[in-house]
Amino acid sequence: MHFDKLFGSLDGFLSYTTGGLVFGAIYALVALGYTMVYGVLQLINFAHSEVFMFGTFAVAWVFVLLHGTDGVTWSLGKALPILLAALIAAMVVSGLVALLLERVAYRPLLKKNAPKLIALISAIGASFALSEAMGLRDHFASWFGLDDNLADYVSPGGARDVYSNPVTIEPTPLFSIGGYQVTDVDLVVVIAAILMMVALDQFVRRTRFGRGIRAVAQDPESASLMGVNSQRVIQGTFLIGGLMAGAAATLYMMKIGSTRQNAGFILGVKAFTAAVMGGIGNLRGALLGGLVLGVMENWGSAVFGAQWKDVVAFVLLVLVLLLRPSGLLGEALGKARA
Amino acid sequence: MRFSSKAVAGLMLAGLATTSLAACGSSDKGSASGDFCGKNIAFLGALSGDAGALGQNMVNGINLALKEYNAKNADCKISLKKFDSQGDPAKAPALATQIINDDSIFGLIGPGFSGESLATGKTFFEAGLPSISPSATADAITQSGWTTWHRVIGNNDTQGKAGVSYLTGTIGAKKVFVVDDGQDYSKGLAATVKKALGSNMVDSDQISVGDTNMSAVVQAVKASGADAVYYAGYYTEAGLLVKQLRQGGFKGTYMSGDGSEDPHFVQVAGPQAAEGAILTAPAGPAPKSFDATGLYATQAYDASNIFLAAVEKGVKTEKDLNDFIGSYTGEGVSGPIAFDDKGDIKQTTIYAYFVKDGKLQVNTPKAIS
Repeated sequence: MHFDKLFGSLDGFLSYTTGGLVFGAIYALVALGYTMVYGVLQLINFAHSEVFMFGTFAVAWVFVLLHGTDGVTWSLGKALPILLAALIAAMVVSGLVALLLERVAYRPLLKKNAPKLIALISAIGASFALSEAMGLRDHFASWFGLDDNLADYVSPGGARDVYSNPVTIEPTPLFSIGGYQVTDVDLVVVIAAILMMVALDQFVRRTRFGRGIRAVAQDPESASLMGVNSQRVIQGTFLIGGLMAGAAATLYMMKIGSTRQNAGFILGVKAFTAAVMGGIGNLRGALLGGLVLGVMENWGSAVFGAQWKDVVAFVLLVLVLLLRPSGLLGEALGKARA
Repeated sequence: MRFSSKAVAGLMLAGLATTSLAACGSSDKGSASGDFCGKNIAFLGALSGDAGALGQNMVNGINLALKEYNAKNADCKISLKKFDSQGDPAKAPALATQIINDDSIFGLIGPGFSGESLATGKTFFEAGLPSISPSATADAITQSGWTTWHRVIGNNDTQGKAGVSYLTGTIGAKKVFVVDDGQDYSKGLAATVKKALGSNMVDSDQISVGDTNMSAVVQAVKASGADAVYYAGYYTEAGLLVKQLRQGGFKGTYMSGDGSEDPHFVQVAGPQAAEGAILTAPAGPAPKSFDATGLYATQAYDASNIFLAAVEKGVKTEKDLNDFIGSYTGEGVSGPIAFDDKGDIKQTTIYAYFVKDGKLQVNTPKAIS
């Protein structure tokens, strides 16, 4: 154990913390999707990580479409126009995948009043199906005789191999906190995460549709008696989660730059952990949980070594749940006051 | 007496089978080519997954060798059966069982990686199936006493020492930070590198496969004041690590081993972050006339040709085949080939490949040992 690495100097402490916050912001954005759906349906949408994964591919594909496959390094400013197009594409793709999920994997089960456990299994199945569909996209292309036209959108090593954005976004260092160089990319990631969380929070608290979401979360039956179209609310909830995942995917591709068919898995587990830690069903909790998880992972890496990162994250989760079973902020979506 | 039509048909079939068997037996004795005609060699390795590109390279090499051989020997064709382990030691054993239970398979090219080699070596050894790996470099494999196991590539020990002597000698690095991904191949290579570095190693860390957030390692590297980083692992994580190191302001030398020596490395890292990276491999570039591309393609081609030479010579049993491989000497496209008693290749050259002008320069490596 190397406590000196973390606590030996203020610089070290600050740099591990800042690095963790940046990743925590991405966890938080994905966690929002888990928390929204859970808040409304009391259902863990395990396929949400694949919704995110489709978004990451959408980002890379937009760059291939608008720029080509030529590997280059651009500054954030230069990449901005394509990045905005990629953001819209990723939100649309992730939103559509989320809607599709709701239509195919949930609605039929909800209609038949199936137990929650069945919907959970359906979600896990959908997660594998989506991930494998992405891993077999070269086969789909060849069924339609498009493999030559779409070769750029698969990957030189095959559909299961890592797929990189041809444009690497080179971050510009702005200032440093401790030893950590804060770059424009880091700043965008963190600010975007906070802004989106605030916007979503306000949306749920202040708009008519948000009131519908809260009503369905509290008591679906009474809500429909009061004239809330609960099916539309559920669809809307999936859509919002998907849009957030698309935005998270764009930020992820800005920071990491490459993805693959199973990229959602670990990140999804982490984001789910963040949602549970913050209090699942609680939007502010998702942000807090994401940031805490990101920071704790980095602290754990410093003290125990990077291979212990995930162990630290999950031990922390267990401890939080032992002491506060409802999570750090522990309030369900339905109970939030307007 | 009346026979039922079924019984007649059965008798006739039995008779046919006996005569055809007899015919087969007699023709085999007369033929110069051996019992392996019409049979298969197997490939076991990653054809998809995180390092799938490397397995595809090997299959390209094998297919080239088979194409050349089958064009010359139309009466004794050999085919390839591919088994995709995704490079995963957990998936390989089930495939190994399939391979040894398949009577049409007389030899194995692979396994591709070290982890899967260690996981399947005993199975293949007990079944007596001779194998030649084009790419598995962990030292431990050939120390297990599996006499059917061979490789046409230098081991980690040679590669690690050569890499370190280049880093500390030619580059002049004094403080090297070693990172690995915890897999069999990587841990072995990292251990050799650490030992060879001695007091020149400033610190070390381990990441996990599939990790994308390397910021903790980046901080540790910067805090250690390292002037070089050695990464043992495969190209995806290698690319992400160098990308985040450069973005975090690390200016020193970045070196990795053969698991990272693939153009994907540059794609993942981005051309700017990858620039100047040094990737070692116990494999040189293919000769210009060689018609298959990618790392390990030449080794896979050479390994296939050893099996095919045995078939041409009329070797009949797997045991004889194993003896043939053990005593084989020849000049392959990857270099001179002969095995020591453990199955390691006797002579090997380690090459350093450089990333220059945003591309991995696959054709102009430098021999460093």
